[in-house]
Amino acid sequence: MADAKIANGAPPTRWQRFAQAITIPLLAVVLAMLVGAIIIVIAGANPLGGYTAMFRGALGTARGLVRTFEKATPLIFSGLAVAFAFKAGLFNIGAQGQLILGAIAAAYVGFAFEGLPPFVHLPLALAAGMLAGAIWGAIPGALKTFTGAHEVITTIMLNFVAINLTDYLANGPWKDRSPGNIVARTPAILPSAELPSIGVVPLGLLIAIGMAVLAWWVLANTTFGYEIRAVGLNPAAARYAGMSVGRTVIASMAISGLLAGLGGAVETLGIVGRYQPGFNTGLGFDGITIALLAQTSPLGVVPAALLFGVMRAGANQMQLYGVDAEIIGIVQGTMLLFVSAPIIIRKLFRLRAPEGGEEVVLSTGWGSSG
Amino acid sequence: MPNNAMTMIRQRVSWLLVAGVVALIFVSYGATPAVTTALLASTVRQSTPLVLGALSGIFCERSGVINIAIEGMMLMGAFVGFLANVYTGNLLVAVLAAVLMGAFMGLAHAFMSITLKMDQIISGTVLNILALELTGFFYQQGLTTQGKLTPVRIPVLADIPLIGPVLFDNPPITYLSLVLVVVVHILLFRTVWGLRTRAVGEHPKAADTVGIDVIRMRYINVIIGGMIAGLAGGYLTLEAVGSFERAMTNGRGFVALAVMIFGKWTPLGAWGAALLFGFANALQTQFQFLGISTIPHQFVGMLPYLLTIVVLAGFVGRARPPAAIGQPYEKE
Repeated sequence: MADAKIANGAPPTRWQRFAQAITIPLLAVVLAMLVGAIIIVIAGANPLGGYTAMFRGALGTARGLVRTFEKATPLIFSGLAVAFAFKAGLFNIGAQGQLILGAIAAAYVGFAFEGLPPFVHLPLALAAGMLAGAIWGAIPGALKTFTGAHEVITTIMLNFVAINLTDYLANGPWKDRSPGNIVARTPAILPSAELPSIGVVPLGLLIAIGMAVLAWWVLANTTFGYEIRAVGLNPAAARYAGMSVGRTVIASMAISGLLAGLGGAVETLGIVGRYQPGFNTGLGFDGITIALLAQTSPLGVVPAALLFGVMRAGANQMQLYGVDAEIIGIVQGTMLLFVSAPIIIRKLFRLRAPEGGEEVVLSTGWGSSG
Repeated sequence: MPNNAMTMIRQRVSWLLVAGVVALIFVSYGATPAVTTALLASTVRQSTPLVLGALSGIFCERSGVINIAIEGMMLMGAFVGFLANVYTGNLLVAVLAAVLMGAFMGLAHAFMSITLKMDQIISGTVLNILALELTGFFYQQGLTTQGKLTPVRIPVLADIPLIGPVLFDNPPITYLSLVLVVVVHILLFRTVWGLRTRAVGEHPKAADTVGIDVIRMRYINVIIGGMIAGLAGGYLTLEAVGSFERAMTNGRGFVALAVMIFGKWTPLGAWGAALLFGFANALQTQFQFLGISTIPHQFVGMLPYLLTIVVLAGFVGRARPPAAIGQPYEKE
């Protein structure tokens, strides 16, 4: 079938490439759920019932569906952020920091700018989130370009700086001073900055999907996207071809941060209604798994994030059924393992490796500035 | 040549820096002996997980394998060491359990990055995330331990003013880390083993031609690296805190990487760098002790992380990593 045609030398059709691209992620998901099931059995519970409760909780009711969409929305953004940087050969582990700064910036504009009509206030708050994320993303890009500091370390360090910074703001100058409040959080955003829902579909989800399509289009159809991919595949060749590698690195990281920041803003304005520390932990790391599960394709991020949304939204029902909801973290971690070590799956299922795929190499050493 | 002049100045600068630090310590000791001693003692202890983490990184990277999984190795070591302490009450067993867990994490990293030839940064990230999730899943609140490792006073030496309380009145893993700095230095630069390790990290093909088993050398080094990172985790639960908390490593594994780079992939250099970071941490705790509240504690809390970024930005271009780092070895 597909393999035979490739062996005959004919280039694979779009559908064959698509089938090839989704085989590994699908098998990774199935295998990871199997591993999860084994752990559930060891822990003395019923995995089939647990998973059924999870899916029913996430998809069975209108309320469950809303929760799934709400959980998936910021994950699409963080997944997109990581995937976009990947295309330029950059590993953005800092989506978390970019996301929370976007969240708090949007919250600030949301509660502090009074008297604006919604069609001005809401876009302004979203823009603030994007700007905060883009700046936080551009810093490691610039550090890499000008000093050679590897983004894997600088982005994770900036996560901790961002956590401290937002903690300070939510406890200090931007703290909710309303009587009775003792926790660290900002005041609630004004109604004019709220991101509405259309039926069960939050507007934020539509923005997320729109951004996924836009990111895919930019990468596939523009000169800028071509430069990003060229730099990701071979920075030396890209430089030789006359591209500015440094500029591309900084721009890619800024866009990556922008996407994460927008995710934080959408969560603040559409779901949480204010910034509260600790409300969005783990979104950045989940973004890594989602991006790899999507094989770094911006369009693939959407279904991958929806799957994660289902797992997060159904966690409560699973817990009620008697399966420790923390198992989801292990299942996701195992997915990451299988999807990033495709050789394990290929050996298990005797699959052939695809020929001549685009592969980005991250481990270029600490000193290289690309 | 301006370049030569620059190198000269740079070399002088590092000596001037050391001299300046020593002078500063004396002045500070003259002014407030108690605070200075407490600050420096805290510096040494705070630097322990960082110097151990950096040594872990040195073992892996000198043999050509990037290790960004130090964080996850530490976390697993911390967790398993803690559990062993809870269930056996024997601190020696607990430390060994932490080291063993680290060895297992090292083996996993070696398998993924050497045998499966996965991208080494992805392999490390997988381990970091798995460590976070596994410790989160298996951790139960309310577990209590029989205690933690306490300082051991070395007679006579501990009575020397300043140096005594700072260097000779420490808990066991802190002593061990100081010993390891020297041992790893000798191992790496004075033994055949070290020469082979460096050869495998710099030019695996050449090493292979002279009969060195590249794959085996890398496996062993990464596993040793894992053991040392596990020990660093053991320090956190068995010596520093006495209990486990979720994600308690708090980025120390990544800071340790910066320490390793700042120390130019050498144990002695890493020790110096770790002391600098330990000092930043110690300052933070001293600030809280002294009740200095003019600076919000969150800004003081940022210090080690900002320092890491500054160090990376300032030094990564000048320090040269092992040449074959990050590349899986393909035998022909």
